Amino acid sequence: MTAFNALLMRDIRLTMRAGGGALMGALFFLIVVTLVPFALGPDLALLGRIGPSILWLGALLASLLALDRLFTSDFEDGSLDVLLTGSLPLELAVTAKALAHWLTTGLPLVIVAPVLGLLLNIEGGAMDAVALTLLAGTPALTFIGLIGAALSVTLRRGGLLLAVLVMPLTVPVLIFGVSATNAAVSGPVPFGPPFTILCALSLMSLVIGPFAAATALRQGLE
Amino acid sequence: MALIDLANPTRFLDLVRRVLPWLIAATVIAFAIGLTMAMNAPDDYQQGATVKIMFLHVPAAWLAMLCWALMSVAALGTLVWRHPLADVAGKAAAPIGAALTFTCLVTGSLWGRPMWGTYWVWDARLTSVLVLFLLYLGVLALYWTAEDPNRGARAAAVLVLVGAINLPIIKFSVDWWNTLHQGESIFRAGGPEIDPTILRPLFAMALAFLLLFVTLHLAAMRNEILRRRVRTMQMMQAQTA
Repeated sequence: MTAFNALLMRDIRLTMRAGGGALMGALFFLIVVTLVPFALGPDLALLGRIGPSILWLGALLASLLALDRLFTSDFEDGSLDVLLTGSLPLELAVTAKALAHWLTTGLPLVIVAPVLGLLLNIEGGAMDAVALTLLAGTPALTFIGLIGAALSVTLRRGGLLLAVLVMPLTVPVLIFGVSATNAAVSGPVPFGPPFTILCALSLMSLVIGPFAAATALRQGLE
Repeated sequence: MALIDLANPTRFLDLVRRVLPWLIAATVIAFAIGLTMAMNAPDDYQQGATVKIMFLHVPAAWLAMLCWALMSVAALGTLVWRHPLADVAGKAAAPIGAALTFTCLVTGSLWGRPMWGTYWVWDARLTSVLVLFLLYLGVLALYWTAEDPNRGARAAAVLVLVGAINLPIIKFSVDWWNTLHQGESIFRAGGPEIDPTILRPLFAMALAFLLLFVTLHLAAMRNEILRRRVRTMQMMQAQTA
């Protein structure tokens, strides 16, 4: 477990100290949210109604776009080869990297979401629901995106390819995240069922993601 | 002939050469019979003649899902057994599957316009088939961007297996969620709900589509093997030149 912790801390430190770290994703999130009123017009009632969906969409884009470099820099400086041949199972190593990524990208998004909610005229109760669903749902985005990051590093292509591969797989997360939020705000449906399915999706991707990503890395980098 | 014998591409090409003319003939006959039966099928009492769209829509949808299932088996063959024919099979199936899914979406939307009053609704089954289409395009994008075909095939295999989770969602979406798309009306407990006069042409068309798929897939696999040979020969020529 010490190797796991060491890798986790190393990745967190690398992200915090180099390349803008946690702020970059949050900044991107802020810009997306700022762009929306320019595109839709500053109608506060409309923004309040669709605000939760915009926050979800922004968080999805921000956490996926940041995944681009998850394996690339390790691949370029050779530390990915060390991970492949090391004694720590590759599945666990990949999990540590994804966890570090979520702590430095996903979690900041959840924390800034309430502040951005003020810009979109989302009310207090609804904002709690958005933050809670984002907290439960962003791990799923990271661990699904992990598969795409592993695939694109083996092909030495990034950017759009990663988004094209991963976004269709994130559809269920988006559906249940937004429907849980809407259920909490207005819906006749209770908040519980979609929220538990969202948690289930996160747990499922926590299992499937590392195994698929490790397979992709092993197959692609030998 | 066991599956392992087909690992030799020459033997596989031999088999395809012998089987393909018969398959083409069978496909043409099956479509002739299926289309005749479909044309002579009675109109639906509610939907009128538009029910005939079903004879294209439903087989295309079935085959689109079957094609992904076949790609999943091929993906296992690539990753687990390293069967040389498996990644050829997977690569050859992807464009056909994408075309079938596209056919399913287009015919469905043309059917939806007179029946539901709209070309498109965001209901569970339509959305999950659209996601299937996007996944097919994602697999194709992987094949297009990979410089090394072997590496691309293995990356695509991982994606295919992950995407296979979408298949049960499509299949059961009409049962789990209350959707505008009708529920399962053929393979259900208590027998099909559809009248035999319409069900029989539907199965004939499904058989024709299945034969068409097998024919196209075998031909595409043959083309892929030949394309790889051409590539190898060109590289050898470039080395010696």
